[in-house]
Amino acid sequence: MNKLDDSAALPPTASRDIKTIVNAGLKRRHAAERRFRGYGLTAISLGLAFVVLMFANIIGKGYPAFWQTYIQVPVTFDPTVIDPDGRRDPKALENADYAALVRAGLRGLFPQVEGRRELRSLYGLISNNAPLTLRAQVLADPTLIGASQEIWLLASATVDTLIKGNIDRTLDESLRPVKDNELGWIDQLHASGKIQRKFNTILFSNGDSREPEQAGIRGALMGSFYTLLITLLLSFPIGVATAVYLEEFAPKNRWTDLIEVNINNLAAVPSIVFGLLGLAVFINFFGLPRSAPLVGGLVLSLMTLPVIIIAGRAALTSVPPSIREAALGMGASKLQMVGHHVLPLAMPGMLTGSIIGMARALGESAPLLMIGMVAFIVDVPRGITDPATVLPVQIYLWADLPERAFVERTSAAIMVLLGFMVLMNGLAIVLRKRFERRW
Amino acid sequence: MRKQKIILAMAAACALAGAAHAQSARDYISIVGSSTVYPFSTAVAEQFGKATKFKTPKVESTGTGGGFKLFCGGVGVQYPDISDASRAIKKSEIENCAKNGVTEIVEVKIGFDGIVVASSKKTKPMALTRKDLWLALAKEVPEPGTGKLTANPFKTWKDVNPELPAHKIEVLGPPPTSGTRDAFVELVMDEGCKDFPAIKELEKSDGKQAKAACGTIREDGAYIEAGENDNLIVNKLVSNLNALGIFGYSFLEENLDKIQGETVDGVSPTFENIASGKYPVSRPLFFYVKKAHVAVIPGMKEFIAEFIGEKAAGNEGYLANKGLIPLPKDQRKQIAADANSLKILAP
Repeated sequence: MNKLDDSAALPPTASRDIKTIVNAGLKRRHAAERRFRGYGLTAISLGLAFVVLMFANIIGKGYPAFWQTYIQVPVTFDPTVIDPDGRRDPKALENADYAALVRAGLRGLFPQVEGRRELRSLYGLISNNAPLTLRAQVLADPTLIGASQEIWLLASATVDTLIKGNIDRTLDESLRPVKDNELGWIDQLHASGKIQRKFNTILFSNGDSREPEQAGIRGALMGSFYTLLITLLLSFPIGVATAVYLEEFAPKNRWTDLIEVNINNLAAVPSIVFGLLGLAVFINFFGLPRSAPLVGGLVLSLMTLPVIIIAGRAALTSVPPSIREAALGMGASKLQMVGHHVLPLAMPGMLTGSIIGMARALGESAPLLMIGMVAFIVDVPRGITDPATVLPVQIYLWADLPERAFVERTSAAIMVLLGFMVLMNGLAIVLRKRFERRW
Repeated sequence: MRKQKIILAMAAACALAGAAHAQSARDYISIVGSSTVYPFSTAVAEQFGKATKFKTPKVESTGTGGGFKLFCGGVGVQYPDISDASRAIKKSEIENCAKNGVTEIVEVKIGFDGIVVASSKKTKPMALTRKDLWLALAKEVPEPGTGKLTANPFKTWKDVNPELPAHKIEVLGPPPTSGTRDAFVELVMDEGCKDFPAIKELEKSDGKQAKAACGTIREDGAYIEAGENDNLIVNKLVSNLNALGIFGYSFLEENLDKIQGETVDGVSPTFENIASGKYPVSRPLFFYVKKAHVAVIPGMKEFIAEFIGEKAAGNEGYLANKGLIPLPKDQRKQIAADANSLKILAP
């Protein structure tokens, strides 16, 4: 009681009292604020540290995969092997024994090697696609027949791993994938400059392979492209149309409320559920082919639609009512009002939402497990019904293989996937920054 | 207006049906099944695609059980032609197949896969027996004094067998959905429990319960389900020196510089020991062919021939380089002959 009266009258002594009380509390309050900032800073730096750690780990493991070891082998395009009857018949040229040329070339490099076993490991230095490389060269230029050339051939994965320093030479011979004799040959080649690392174009031009040195992500990239194409073509128009209808035309009643709640729920449904749905509806009921980007795209559209609808509605509500009223006041029909004024103004927001939804679809693998896209596919898909796989699934498959050379390729594939993610999200940010209007 | 909508809906349905028709001419082989056979099956598929004029087969990794489910779905191009399996087909699966019209199945054994118990190279190797492994991993074991079954009290390997080191029991292995786990239970756990009186008694009174007592793995944290990714287990062994890991032989072979395989019943898991059958924990791998598809899908016969040919499945074939343990030579010949003549599995 007393205190209250004092403060009400505000005599000089009382105000000093308050000051001291405030001052005493001030220290504590400042400390609390500093602590809170400290917590925030720790949380952010911890998060950043993990991001940096993840990137450092992936890039550290993955960047060697962008280089690939080649061995220079003197190859003589011996006409008696390739074209014994000398007619340059393309069919005969196609079926000739090019492996013999590679073997002869390797024997030429190391004439002292003898014995079946030794020779076998010598031939093992070169990847088993070398005959196909030679065949392609001969078919492209038949004048090569009879000539001798130094040709850079793809080295096998073990040589590549050794050259990249991922095999411990000091270990006992029985524990190394590279034996002493092979080590000797490789060192000899290295010393004479016949081993070189070149940019790994194979990684971007080949489909999957069980030989790490021949494995590439082109098949998975094309699969992802076709899948996302289907997803975009289906989910963008349907999503935008739904958003416009619900926001601008639909009457507000219990039914539209129910639909709205359901759409919001669908956005939170785990993606594997859409995979099961896709399996039951598209494959088992409609009989669409398994492992096809068509089905993958359909499933991912189901998953992306709610995201696009929600983003689209948010973009539409942010257009101020004055625009609508002005359009209607000038005599525009409701459709004209939406088509000419509201939709163009809401489009940047809708596009941003769609791109983020598509980026999520690009990184998705769980629903595709169900519809058979977890598959080994060598041939690069050429359409929406060809069997295909996608980038995240390719990463999952490579991570599970025993060969050590796949570790770096897995990380390289992750780097490519992350690159596309950053690109798409960056595009969304640019769109927002350049076209979004604030009222 | 309404009419237009109906027409649109019908057009959409027709488009879907049309796409379904496009599938009726599949010109590549479709393979599903075990993730253990996947590395071998894919290697053969790739070689086959390169060496012949046929398209490269599509290989899906669905797991053995999942593979049979798809395989037994029926006869027709929308169903797979071949199913890989890390165990023999079960009776129930054959029945399911027959129910859907898949009556003629060709079974082809391709080789062996050893299941290894491995640890980091930096620790001293342990000489394990299947009995030790059962005692260390079973949910219920006979009490040391009375012989009655109780919850597994063992905390360290020394508790199990005084000759073993005093490490904590920590085993990283596959989850129950995995074929490797099934095989481990069958080959190690079911064998390791046999000689205990308590189990023998149970066997007499109730065989089902005895099987459960043998094959149930403890859930108190000593056995850690590490998922299907064997590379992950290898990495964990390198960082945890006391832990043991259970996985396929090919992962041991690829990582001999980091990990070592423990001997089981005195036999170490080497290529030769598994091939000769001395190493006790190995299982056969198979693939199953739908005979009705052989005439329809191009290249089926040639693919089978490639898979069981000496160039692939032989002692020095490319599958051996990938970690498959080949069958003995005379058995290979017999199997190749049976497979090439498409001898069907007796129902």
